Amino acid sequence: MVVKGLEVAVVAVTKTMKKNHELAKVLAAASCALIGSLSTAHAEESWDVDSAFLLYSESDGRVSAAEPVISATKNYDSETRLNVKLVADTLTGASANGATPSDEAQTFTSPSGNGTYTAAVGDQPLDDTFRDTRVALSSNWNAPINRDWAYGVGGYVSKEHDYQSLGVSSSVSRYLNQKNTTLTLGLGAANDTINPEGGVPTGLFQVPESASSSEFAQRDDSESKSIMDAVFGLTQVVNRNTIMQFNYSINTSSGYLTDPYKILSVIDDDSTGNNYGGNYTVNNRNLYLYEKRPDSRLKQSLYWQTKHQFDNNDILDVSYRYMFDDWGITSHTIDAKYRFRFDHQYLEPQLRWYSQSKADFYHRYLDSSAYTEVDFASADYRLGDLDTYTIGLRYGYQFADETEFYTRFSLYHQESSGDDGYGKLTSQELYPGLDAAMLMIGYKF
Amino acid sequence: MSKHFMLMGVIGITFLITGCSEMGVKAWERDVLAQQEMSLINEPVESSLNDHVYFSKEASSGGQGFGGGGCGCN
Repeated sequence: MVVKGLEVAVVAVTKTMKKNHELAKVLAAASCALIGSLSTAHAEESWDVDSAFLLYSESDGRVSAAEPVISATKNYDSETRLNVKLVADTLTGASANGATPSDEAQTFTSPSGNGTYTAAVGDQPLDDTFRDTRVALSSNWNAPINRDWAYGVGGYVSKEHDYQSLGVSSSVSRYLNQKNTTLTLGLGAANDTINPEGGVPTGLFQVPESASSSEFAQRDDSESKSIMDAVFGLTQVVNRNTIMQFNYSINTSSGYLTDPYKILSVIDDDSTGNNYGGNYTVNNRNLYLYEKRPDSRLKQSLYWQTKHQFDNNDILDVSYRYMFDDWGITSHTIDAKYRFRFDHQYLEPQLRWYSQSKADFYHRYLDSSAYTEVDFASADYRLGDLDTYTIGLRYGYQFADETEFYTRFSLYHQESSGDDGYGKLTSQELYPGLDAAMLMIGYKF
Repeated sequence: MSKHFMLMGVIGITFLITGCSEMGVKAWERDVLAQQEMSLINEPVESSLNDHVYFSKEASSGGQGFGGGGCGCN
């Protein structure tokens, strides 16, 4: 976030400059930017607040979320600012547990071990005990060091009933070529603690029938992971109407990276039996295993963004990200926005396309003849082959007192794919899509 | 492998900076880029809400800024 803030600082030599401003003001503002310190009428020590509310709703009664956010920025001058942001979100609904649908009704032990939930014949197994509330507080400080250098520091804390996260970040930027080029190095570190409902399950172990089982007795209450981030960024002014950014980032996570609530089905692969492709049973119970992921992950990404303003004042914003990691996942993301600007209003259509290839240890299910041989396995569709699409429209109205009302509506679609199994499994829908609608309403003052 | 990648990165960035010195504008030509709408992240609240959704639904995160985190949703 600090990096983001600094990039804003590079071009935000004055807060708002309407096209009808006199040339003298333009020149004055630009000259001030050159010497690196500027105090415009808007850069007085006042708080700028952006408050918004997001409603997120998935189809088929899956997850829905309500997320209010308030972000307040105090501008000491054009390059010195303090931002404080508070976000809350409430999630309810049902989440895919990873097991495959079946030609028989399936009963699952709830994460706490104190109850069960069922999936009817042919239905996606969804854990409907899923609900959570999260509160996150973050703060960033950005300031110049001298005319060629700037820095930022930040921190955040977030809390859910089963998850806590604490992070710090810092960045330093160097301006070159009369501030047409900015090099930024950002570093971040975070430490997360998870204390799952029912304790930390044993990876690749059979999901027990209830909390009275011995597996529950040996569980730890919590696990943790640590995350390190480094971002190296280059921002370049191309011409009077165009700015471009390239980032290389590297992110390492180590510790407990498994999702304690996700499981895998073991499927009977004995093609001579009459249960071929059905749930494999042990002691007359369907065999479901807790998932297990490696305890480290190294992600790298390349990011390119360009913003261009046309002669009619409309703005095109395009970005591309290529990400790859040592779990075998690679992904491509293209995001494009076009802002039609009118006197006091704007309309911004948005499109996003995302495509990822699966992790090496992703398996939609495990085979009964081989499940004991895997070191890691997850059926979490978010680690599988996945394509997603977002289409959105944002509208904003700017009042004479420079406050702004805005709203955004978007639709999000996911398509998963993978191998279709064998025997009875082939008649099941193993890769259901997902649709979500998002509505955001906000006010800046 | 990653050393080669780093080396290529360093060489690439050197070229970019050299090339970049030819680009840019004079201080008095910054009127357009100075608009808040032209900052690279001009709607930080919307960006963070979107990042949060994508972080919890996809295997990738970050790129524009830090890789995200701080939530048990992934």
